Amino acid sequence: MNFDLSDEQKMLAEQANGLLAERSPPDRLRQLIDAGAEWDEPLWRELAEMGFLGAAIPEQFGGVGMTRLDLAVISEELGRANAALPFFSSIVLAAEAIMLAGSEEQKARWLPALASGDTIATFAYAEGPGGWTADVLTAQVRDGVLDGQKGPVADAGIASLAIVLAHDGSGQPTLGLVSLDHPGVTRTKLASFDQLRAHYELRFDGVPFEPLAAAPADEVLAKLFDLAAVQAAFEAVGGADACLKMARDYAMDRQIFGRPLAGYQAIKHKLADIFVAIELARSSAFYAAWAATYGEEELPAAAAAARLSATGAFEQAARENIQVHGGIGYTFEANCHFYYRRERTLATAIGNREVWANRLIDSFLTQNANVAEVA
Amino acid sequence: MDFTDSPEEAAFRTEARNWLNANAPAHELPRGVTLDDADEVARGTAWQRRLAEAGYAGILLPQALGGRGGTIMEAVVFGEEEARFNLPKGPYIIIGLSMALPVIAKHGTPEQIERFAAATLLGDLTWCQLFSEPAAGSDLAAVRTRAVKDGDDWVVNGQKVWSSWAHLSDWGILIARTDPSLPKHKGLSFFVVDMKTPGIDVRPIRQISGASDFNETFFTDVRIPDSCRIGAVGEGWACAMTVLTGERLNQGGSDNGEGIGGLIHYAARTPRGRGTALDSEAVRLSLAMAYAEEQAERHFQSRMRTMVSRGENPGAMAAVVKLAFASRYQKTAGLAMELREMAGIAHRPEEADTARIWYDYIWSTALRIAGGADEVLRNQISERVLGMPGDIRADKNVPFDQL
Repeated sequence: MNFDLSDEQKMLAEQANGLLAERSPPDRLRQLIDAGAEWDEPLWRELAEMGFLGAAIPEQFGGVGMTRLDLAVISEELGRANAALPFFSSIVLAAEAIMLAGSEEQKARWLPALASGDTIATFAYAEGPGGWTADVLTAQVRDGVLDGQKGPVADAGIASLAIVLAHDGSGQPTLGLVSLDHPGVTRTKLASFDQLRAHYELRFDGVPFEPLAAAPADEVLAKLFDLAAVQAAFEAVGGADACLKMARDYAMDRQIFGRPLAGYQAIKHKLADIFVAIELARSSAFYAAWAATYGEEELPAAAAAARLSATGAFEQAARENIQVHGGIGYTFEANCHFYYRRERTLATAIGNREVWANRLIDSFLTQNANVAEVA
Repeated sequence: MDFTDSPEEAAFRTEARNWLNANAPAHELPRGVTLDDADEVARGTAWQRRLAEAGYAGILLPQALGGRGGTIMEAVVFGEEEARFNLPKGPYIIIGLSMALPVIAKHGTPEQIERFAAATLLGDLTWCQLFSEPAAGSDLAAVRTRAVKDGDDWVVNGQKVWSSWAHLSDWGILIARTDPSLPKHKGLSFFVVDMKTPGIDVRPIRQISGASDFNETFFTDVRIPDSCRIGAVGEGWACAMTVLTGERLNQGGSDNGEGIGGLIHYAARTPRGRGTALDSEAVRLSLAMAYAEEQAERHFQSRMRTMVSRGENPGAMAAVVKLAFASRYQKTAGLAMELREMAGIAHRPEEADTARIWYDYIWSTALRIAGGADEVLRNQISERVLGMPGDIRADKNVPFDQL
């Protein structure tokens, strides 16, 4: 058994970690927030040059042709740095959607542009708080034209392309490519909880809609979200790990009642529990990334389990990190708040706990259908 | 990343599986039958003898001691294959193999090794552990049982507790205080003791489970010859550490029964209202979280196994599994009871599943305490993995008799 990252993957992680630590330190994040920036554009260019954006895109489409497990290594580092980048929208969701369901022509047209970072895309699935199952979607496609409203949509202020989930009038979901630069598109910026990930409401009035038609939309959507859940789990593990290290370092340094804060069991045990939660989540994320690459049948349950564990670990780490810091953790100058906000964003995008708990139970039952019959 | 055996592991697995298929079925315990303790020990020692004769009794022990001198990976693979059968391998066997033998091998004299190693491997000697006391559990070095030198003997007085299967063991490993004028860790010595020695009184403890497989063991003027002292006088703590390191490597979560998957199936076939219990969002969320955690423990163990197979020592990382498993085990047994609603608190005689869940719920409390309590494990993780400071010890460097 070899249940670990390969040496190449560890090197990739180090590379990404080095670049992000240098280019995207906390002061840079503060600077971006103060400037009202929606992303770190120079950093995006550098990531593209290093091949990180196209890591899992096939070479024939301008990518590096590595696996989703390699992409996950990058996701973890982006989570650790809390980077202000549209990676999840453009690469994890949009590029993956095109890889899953695009025609060869669509792949050839869009994947190289996404891999090079020249085009930024996003994925418009939500319509407010009611979920995005086919029966509640109001955005509608008729005769190749899209009408309706989507939102919140992450990174839609900087994206020029969107994959939009709509219904086709017959109650069936459909996925298609939409240019956000079309005059029929109105983008309205929303107040976003995460100060480093902007969300928009998109209004479409008669905008051309080019279907991604290589597979049925409901199947594509399920697979796409499973794959995105794996990447989000790694991003959450990276963020949680950053919170744990931050809390530990602060507690080691901070003197209280004549000795380091880190010497008190109330703090030691809190951080030990977070360590356990992170390492369990990391283990499930490894397995889910393995399934995303090699185990089609195991993927749905593995992705949902990793999603639930990683979300829980990041939630615990982000909250307790501020608690360990005490009052200083409530200041903009401390670094805890980036993660405290990002955590909620990650925990909610592509489905909350309830959504993934249902996905896990349903996938488990599907995967073990014959066992249930025997029982 | 892959889940397959290396060629060496695969070859050893085939060898182990073939041998077990030929030998294990005759030694399996009948399922669903509670055996008399003495009968179980007899079957356990018989299986141990069979293992020893074939060279599988002490896979990690050096060949000089009669072991196989194998790798940790071989021990893991053999353990996995052996676990496919319902074999008698209670504490009466495990304590000898994973506690008594390592400490005798590391700290004992050639005569002691000669005297105990082969007999233990063959199952001729069963062992119990005489460590904990009413006032010394997680703080093991606080033991008060005294051993006083008298001629060539040590005279032992005191009380030990939680000595699993001591009522049916041949010998015990004992830690006792030989010099109370020294700080507590320094005044301890380590002994092996014949449980038939006059003055030893083993009394079963009535446990919350209703069973009595733990004991309290009283020592009244028990004479132990100096030849049964392991290691130097005052080296007792080092010996105890050797024992406890062995204990830690042997722990971990194990799938008990059907696991959470079984609970999901149970909820899916249990009527509630017009549908089943699994139609409830609250039930789904609870079960999904429990399942996610159970699977995470399994995958974490795969990571540990990978480390071990590379010859790396997971160290305090091994505490993660025990810490996570014991609490989740308790939580999910409690959840299983709630899922059964009123049938979870009172069952018909034939509803053995419910009885098993009750057992799990009760036994989980012991698992959170024994072999490294939750709080001790959290200290280990925070200190050894996260590098945080050790606790303040009020008794540090203070002679034991002045505490």
